[in-house]
Amino acid sequence: MYRSNVLVCGGTGCTSSDSLKIVEKLKEEIAARGLEKEVNVITTGCFGLCALGPIVVIYPEGSFYSMVKIDDIPEIVEEHLLKGRIVTRLLYQETVVEDTIKSLNETAFYAKQQRIALRNCGVIDPEKIDEYIAMDGYAALGKVLTEMTPTEVIETILASGLRGRGGAGFPTGLKWKFAAANDADQKYVCCNADEGDPGAFMDRSILEGDPHALLEAMAIAGYAIGATKGYVYVRAEYPIAVNRLQIAIDQAHEYGLLGDNIFGTDFCFDVQLRLGAGAFVCGEETSLMTSIEGKRGEPRPRPPFPAVKGLYKKPTILNNVETYANIPRIILLGADWFQSIGTEKSKGTKVFALGGKIEHTGLVEVPMGTTLREIVEEIGGGIPNGKKFKAAQTGGPSGGCIPPQHLDIPIDYDNLLAIGSMMGSGGLIVMDESTCMVDIAKFFLEFTVDESCGKCTPCRIGTKRLLEMLDKITKGQGTLEMLDEMEELCHYIKDNSLCGLGQTAPNPVLSTLHYFRDEYVQHVVDKKCVAGVCKDLLEFSIIKDKCFGCSMCARQCPAGAITVTDYTAPGKKKPAYEIDTAKCVKCGACLPTCKFGAIVKG
Amino acid sequence: MLKKISSIPFAGTPEQEAELKQVIAKHIDDPGAVMPVLQEAQDIYGYLPIEVQTMIAEGLNVPLEEVYGVSTFYSQFALSPKGKYNISVCMGTACYVKGSGEVLDKLSEELGIGAEECTLDGQFSLTACRCIGACGLAPVITINDDVYGRLTADMIPGILAKYKD
Repeated sequence: MYRSNVLVCGGTGCTSSDSLKIVEKLKEEIAARGLEKEVNVITTGCFGLCALGPIVVIYPEGSFYSMVKIDDIPEIVEEHLLKGRIVTRLLYQETVVEDTIKSLNETAFYAKQQRIALRNCGVIDPEKIDEYIAMDGYAALGKVLTEMTPTEVIETILASGLRGRGGAGFPTGLKWKFAAANDADQKYVCCNADEGDPGAFMDRSILEGDPHALLEAMAIAGYAIGATKGYVYVRAEYPIAVNRLQIAIDQAHEYGLLGDNIFGTDFCFDVQLRLGAGAFVCGEETSLMTSIEGKRGEPRPRPPFPAVKGLYKKPTILNNVETYANIPRIILLGADWFQSIGTEKSKGTKVFALGGKIEHTGLVEVPMGTTLREIVEEIGGGIPNGKKFKAAQTGGPSGGCIPPQHLDIPIDYDNLLAIGSMMGSGGLIVMDESTCMVDIAKFFLEFTVDESCGKCTPCRIGTKRLLEMLDKITKGQGTLEMLDEMEELCHYIKDNSLCGLGQTAPNPVLSTLHYFRDEYVQHVVDKKCVAGVCKDLLEFSIIKDKCFGCSMCARQCPAGAITVTDYTAPGKKKPAYEIDTAKCVKCGACLPTCKFGAIVKG
Repeated sequence: MLKKISSIPFAGTPEQEAELKQVIAKHIDDPGAVMPVLQEAQDIYGYLPIEVQTMIAEGLNVPLEEVYGVSTFYSQFALSPKGKYNISVCMGTACYVKGSGEVLDKLSEELGIGAEECTLDGQFSLTACRCIGACGLAPVITINDDVYGRLTADMIPGILAKYKD
């Protein structure tokens, strides 16, 4: 028994800011004071509040130290762990209220969250199977194998109302039921851990913070549909996740929780890793299975659905990491418990990766039906630098932008579809007034053009033509007719593409055209980009009454476009400067040189 | 995805070739061996020149066309060598809205190369990569295994100076 437990976040966000060196330093300083038998240092998964990393939490006090530096460690060890005095200066300031310290769960970031899929992230050491077992780990697998029939398992998942967390929201139980109904000598259980949506990182955090939850759920799925083999298709760009998953697989084998005769029953199940090599289209189920077979990850027409003919032409189910992470809890606590959370058609919780122009970047898990306003303003802490909310982007390259007038809509699968976006895997990027919506649509189109596998024409050529039109608009060469043409082309691509990539690729364009048409029109008619992003439409100018005539800007200008005038502003000693817009190359080099805010772009 | 194919002559060593042969022998009976073998081959050579792909095709007894099809399909496989220091700029959405485009432009200007290119002295290569998931630190670049976060374009020259020999 230890008197203190020091939890250090070992997720990708925090390790990128040296949290593993913090662990070493902690151990070193603790040993130097002879406390190694009293104080335990644990590397955990992600706490969620990535904006404040690296994070160190000390129990039993529950002190939440944020943005910890290696130089802070001696002080924390000496004061807190040796002398028992909390170092208030280094605490997350929101937990400090006058002289007392609030619990983490009372802070705005955590108060509205309900952690089911992330239940063990930031709580246990993901590299120790015993810690997972101590949190009821593998109890659900035990229950399933010894007390339930496969049909009962499927009925429970169906009754819970769980829908796929990877994007489309297909009922998980139904998928399992279809696969179970097909007889075959071999069936497969696959996990999509190829998180391709730029800006989403919840699957990675679960893999890094709680890998056994995934293995347990895949084994449960294997029992339910009658499969003995599982594959986790995981991004090679997630080295920590790959490593911890492999450790988890080896440990589960050692404990007899994977392999032959699990829990002394006839059930055998094994899991293998397959590394993805960076292709967004492999998030589509048929592409992913083709890629596991070692080929180009191109999709194929459905039917036959994977539940009939999937991996190596055998019945296969494919679920996403977050979907699996919910399964053990549903088995243990029952379908009714899960049913009681969320909205009428979307049950349970959803993890969102909050990013972009927001104070508290990080991972949040909230009940379905929470409003966007609660997520952005309360949990996310609002937008930095006093800027105004412009849009929230959900669903990544397949989703859309949600404007301010829809901030109060309860978020669930159906509501998001109704307003032209989609749940997607749960990336939620907040944008403020300095983001140009035409540029964002172009950004996503560049992504889909690059990632289109090229197999079907509507997607390969359609997205390219769409991008060319967007490019013209951002350069001031667009026409109003082009906006209508774009809309028509979008619908054509949606209706005719082979797979989900093409069918959803036009969404960013359609949703911005719908909600921010004014901005497109400004680009086309006024040749202006109000957000100041589209370079070709920018114009730099000097407010002469603010200019002190110091000549700093003129000396920086590479094009010699800034010259002195004969106008001296009232109260100034030297004549003001001006920018010749015909010579200006819009590099923006002058902007930071002006100490008086006399240069403006727009 | 469009791939830049290198014109730099292949300079593999017999040791590397022996290592590759071991990898091929290890996977030859696996269904779907092409991807894992390409991944391990890239660890050995740093990139996948056509000579290496030919050896893999012959070793696994699959047509070169199939190997080449796979190597050009996935963004992780590099057909050009990387520099001594490979700089990856995260172009995920969270980084992009926080200015990773400007960071990439600045790097490109400082190094005199575009994305997916390598400097002539072989010191630096530049990659625009997919989301690395460190969105809390946006915008982010990585230089080999070092991570730099919360960047602005004017911090780039100072960071590059640390790597210039």
